[in-house]
Amino acid sequence: MIVVVDYGLGNLFSVKKALEALGAPVTVSSDPDVVLAAERIILPGVGAFGDGMRNLKERKLIPALCESVLERGIPFFGICLGMQLLAERGTEYGEHNGLGWIGGAVAKVNIADKGLKIPHIGWNQIIFKKEHHIFNGLKPLSDFYFVHSYEFQPSDSQYLLAVSQYGKEITAAVGRKNIVGTQFHPEKSQDNGLKLLENFISWKP
Amino acid sequence: MKILFLGNLNCIVVIMLNIRLIPTILLKDGRMIKTKQFGAYRDVGNPKTVARMYDAQRADELIFLDITATIEGRHTLLDVIRNVAEECFMPLTVGGGITTLDDALEILHNGADKIAVNTAAVNRPEFLTELAEKFGRSTVVASIDYKKNSDGKNEVFTHRGTYPSGLDPVSWAVEVEHHGAGEILLTCIDREGMMVGYDLETLRSVAESVEIPMVAHGGAGTVQDLVDGIVIGKASAVAAASIFHFTDQSVFKAHAHMKEKGLPVRLI
Repeated sequence: MIVVVDYGLGNLFSVKKALEALGAPVTVSSDPDVVLAAERIILPGVGAFGDGMRNLKERKLIPALCESVLERGIPFFGICLGMQLLAERGTEYGEHNGLGWIGGAVAKVNIADKGLKIPHIGWNQIIFKKEHHIFNGLKPLSDFYFVHSYEFQPSDSQYLLAVSQYGKEITAAVGRKNIVGTQFHPEKSQDNGLKLLENFISWKP
Repeated sequence: MKILFLGNLNCIVVIMLNIRLIPTILLKDGRMIKTKQFGAYRDVGNPKTVARMYDAQRADELIFLDITATIEGRHTLLDVIRNVAEECFMPLTVGGGITTLDDALEILHNGADKIAVNTAAVNRPEFLTELAEKFGRSTVVASIDYKKNSDGKNEVFTHRGTYPSGLDPVSWAVEVEHHGAGEILLTCIDREGMMVGYDLETLRSVAESVEIPMVAHGGAGTVQDLVDGIVIGKASAVAAASIFHFTDQSVFKAHAHMKEKGLPVRLI
């Protein structure tokens, strides 16, 4: 069973429907016991970093997530804010600690070209930095849907799986061991997104 | 923009953010309607069927604007969004009557990605800040409707174009950005449904006054109007409805024309 973690933020509905469309057994839950029993975990999320961490804490989800993902090595996928929360800290509306599963920080997208608008909203191509199971069957420079004004800046390039180009390189995907995360929304990226989610379902890290 | 040399593609590839082409779907009591200058309603069909078609044609996003004013209507809106989100795995922006954080949350929980706020932001600009703090700035779209007032000046109108606000669209755009909006949907009421082209001058004034993306809306009648909205009006994205309903132009054809004119659009 894939568990989509409900922590009061984000578009859980679309993630659930996309997985169902792929024929995967999925449940949406905010119950730590359900998270502990999960075979795969997806942490979606749209919102601010501080709220995200606070909501995870309030629902007592962090110990369950840590046990499943860090100790038992369950495949984990963070989407958008769910990916940013993997960082050690974030700076959206104040400084906050993240889960710290992947080294780095989340900061406002800062580009020198003032002609480029922030937030970065729309379909952008991604450039693979590393081979990864979740990219199987995707063409180089596939388009995915982004909507964000903060970005994950990994402490080490080994965590960087893909980038997009928007005035500079923007982190598009990160990963370490059984953990992956994308800044873009696969559940909103039509065929490319469904392919990537399908890959996550079959991933055996 | 960056130019990359990729051995396996054997060509030069220009990487940049694609221009979004966004069909708008106006809703009333669960049906899709079309208007002219915010009046003269015409029923144009089932929103789910229409959304499915736009999804198949690879529209970049859909904007739903609901003008139903009743409680029952609110439930109908949520049903429509949920029905669309169930099978269209693409970005959805939803607006109409959102006045509380709970309204916004409910819409996001039913499959929307961004929420558009219009009248509530004019009444209480801090609402934009509250939304941005809770859902992130990039989830918050300020929808601005304006038309020429009796003095011949552009003025922002609320309540579906019926209440003059006294605000100038350019200065109001700067203010919504300051208050936390992550995007502006700029609608020219005088041109809405008239298919006479966008108000390029105002688009450009707004685009050059803010750092957030602006979506042009109101007036597109030809595929060239869409290109002009980007090139002359400096919009980040173009929204349209009539052109897809009342002409033989599809999202495919519009994308193809934009590409032919050198704009970056998604390759199918």
